[in-house]
Amino acid sequence: MDKWPDNRAWFLVLPAFIIVAFSGIIPLMTVVNYSLQDIFGPGEAVFVGTEWFKEMLGNYRLHAALWRQFLFSGLVLLIEIPLGILIALAMPKRGWGVSASLVILALPLVIPWNVIGTIWIVFTRPDIGLFGVGINSLDLLEVPFDHTAKPLYAWITLLAMEVWHWTPLVALLAYAGLRAIPEAYYQAAKIDGASAWATFLYIQLPKMRGVLTIAVLLRWMDSFLIYAEPFALTGGGPGNTTTFLSIYLVKLATMQFDLGPAAAFSLIYFLIVLLFSFAFYQALLNVGRGEKG
Amino acid sequence: MSLALENVDKIVGRETHLKNINLNFETGSRNVILGRTLAGKTSLLRIMAGLDKPSKGRIRVDGRDVTGVSVRKRSVAMVYQLFINYPSLTVYDNIASPLKTSGMDKSEIDRQVREIAAMLRIDDLLERLPAELSGGQQQRTAIARAMVKNADLLLMDEPLVNLDYKLREELRVELQDIFSQRKAIVVYTTTEPTEALMLGGNVTVLDEGRILQTGVTAEAYRRPATVKVAEVFSDPPINFLRGRVQGKTARIGRDDIHVPLEGEMQRLADGDYTFGIRSNHFLLERTSDRDAQIEARVELAEINGSETFIHFNHADTRLVAQEDGIHLYRIGSAITLYVNPGCLFTFDLEGNLVASPSPERREGPLS
Repeated sequence: MDKWPDNRAWFLVLPAFIIVAFSGIIPLMTVVNYSLQDIFGPGEAVFVGTEWFKEMLGNYRLHAALWRQFLFSGLVLLIEIPLGILIALAMPKRGWGVSASLVILALPLVIPWNVIGTIWIVFTRPDIGLFGVGINSLDLLEVPFDHTAKPLYAWITLLAMEVWHWTPLVALLAYAGLRAIPEAYYQAAKIDGASAWATFLYIQLPKMRGVLTIAVLLRWMDSFLIYAEPFALTGGGPGNTTTFLSIYLVKLATMQFDLGPAAAFSLIYFLIVLLFSFAFYQALLNVGRGEKG
Repeated sequence: MSLALENVDKIVGRETHLKNINLNFETGSRNVILGRTLAGKTSLLRIMAGLDKPSKGRIRVDGRDVTGVSVRKRSVAMVYQLFINYPSLTVYDNIASPLKTSGMDKSEIDRQVREIAAMLRIDDLLERLPAELSGGQQQRTAIARAMVKNADLLLMDEPLVNLDYKLREELRVELQDIFSQRKAIVVYTTTEPTEALMLGGNVTVLDEGRILQTGVTAEAYRRPATVKVAEVFSDPPINFLRGRVQGKTARIGRDDIHVPLEGEMQRLADGDYTFGIRSNHFLLERTSDRDAQIEARVELAEINGSETFIHFNHADTRLVAQEDGIHLYRIGSAITLYVNPGCLFTFDLEGNLVASPSPERREGPLS
């Protein structure tokens, strides 16, 4: 077919272009702008080139926050994915139990994040919290449980909160994947004399690969960008032990007003997220190819 | 080995899936279960396999009651409508999987896997994963997995339904060879009369969970016991017209189709009957002066490859004629069709067959 001769058709793209410009490009370029200048006050800015980037890349606090972040996201995946699969496997397959368990499972997902923070603060408080008082009354711990007292306790509380909040999502995805397996597969496995473990390994797990990749992707990205939970619970402490990337970034930008370094750091953060998104997207594509037919 | 189902019922909730099923199968036999979708074919296979327990009745293998015995303890292999293979295992491992659980030694497994794979012509695909195969190859793998087990009972649940036309034809022909080499009871379900006829053997016509007719496949096609069997066992659908026998002729349709009685029809008493005409028995040209003539209007002429299906209306009944070659008709145009009196099935008003086509006629083309 011949090329459309009328260039006015480009106007049809204009609304989309304007929206993308305001929602994405302009804010991003503002950050780029900040990251290349040292701003002393209104109208007093000096172009500094890549200095902020160099500074941030060499910043040991950022390194520490980055490793903390990787550790946290890794732990989240290690706990949430297997736990989600287990829950999905244990859920009823038919009858009224299905809707009941789905509703119960979805509860943590519909609670606002600040409420979740408050719930867990109260829950783990050593003076009035059910968990805090409970575990301390057992007298097993050398240092009484208090998430503000010991880094380990802060991490346990944060992980528990994250797992409680988001494992249901993994379970829901895994459940959807399990339900999509035709009954005939289970019959075939039965006729072959396959054990329950073999059925899981050779039928359920490979058939869930697609949804599980999506679950891994979502949980990885989301936990990598975690802000609300440590902000509400620990504020980054004790010390800097729960200062994740976003917490550090917000401190840098809004408390110390180091806009240049914070902007450079934002861009680095953004690139890391982008890189992992790309990697997961590629993995997802390959899974899609492998599962076809 | 022999497999017998005695008075088997299957009721799930309030729905009767199977009612009073009595069947016998012998080793080496080829059995077709013919029925429409939801007739209960799959329920029946599941009960035979031991995947489901019947609500009532007994299953016997060589006279021994196995009704409650788990499928794991029976010698059964099954192929499904869907292409069921282990997604993460290669074709080789898929085929080997039933043998591995039996504890056979490695070299023997290898020999058998390669032999079966060669038979199903997938021996050059052994290292691939199921997802890298075409539908036909996936189903070949599933069939190979069922075959390699060498089970006494081989159940095929509409195995060719999800394949395209060409592959279906190809595999259908190969399956006949493969079945004839097997010392097993082969039970094959299908919705297609042509497939049933190609596979031959014995047929069980199933409808709404009940057995309508059992017998040698070709014989059941020639002498469908009831109107219902004739419907299930015809594709395109068989045509029915009401009529009346009076003296030496039958007057059919709008009383304007006059058929001289022939063959078994000569024994019919005067009265009302339903006459069945297979769509391929409507002719566009007169072949003998005994042929009955039908005047009708064309509702639709559907060209299907080298055949034309002519839908027409006579006496407020929709009828279909199947003709070789391509024929163009304008919708609403008048058409004259001929039927040889020897091709008619006659049913009484309860729907039971009272006269079937004369032997020299009923041998005609099957589809």
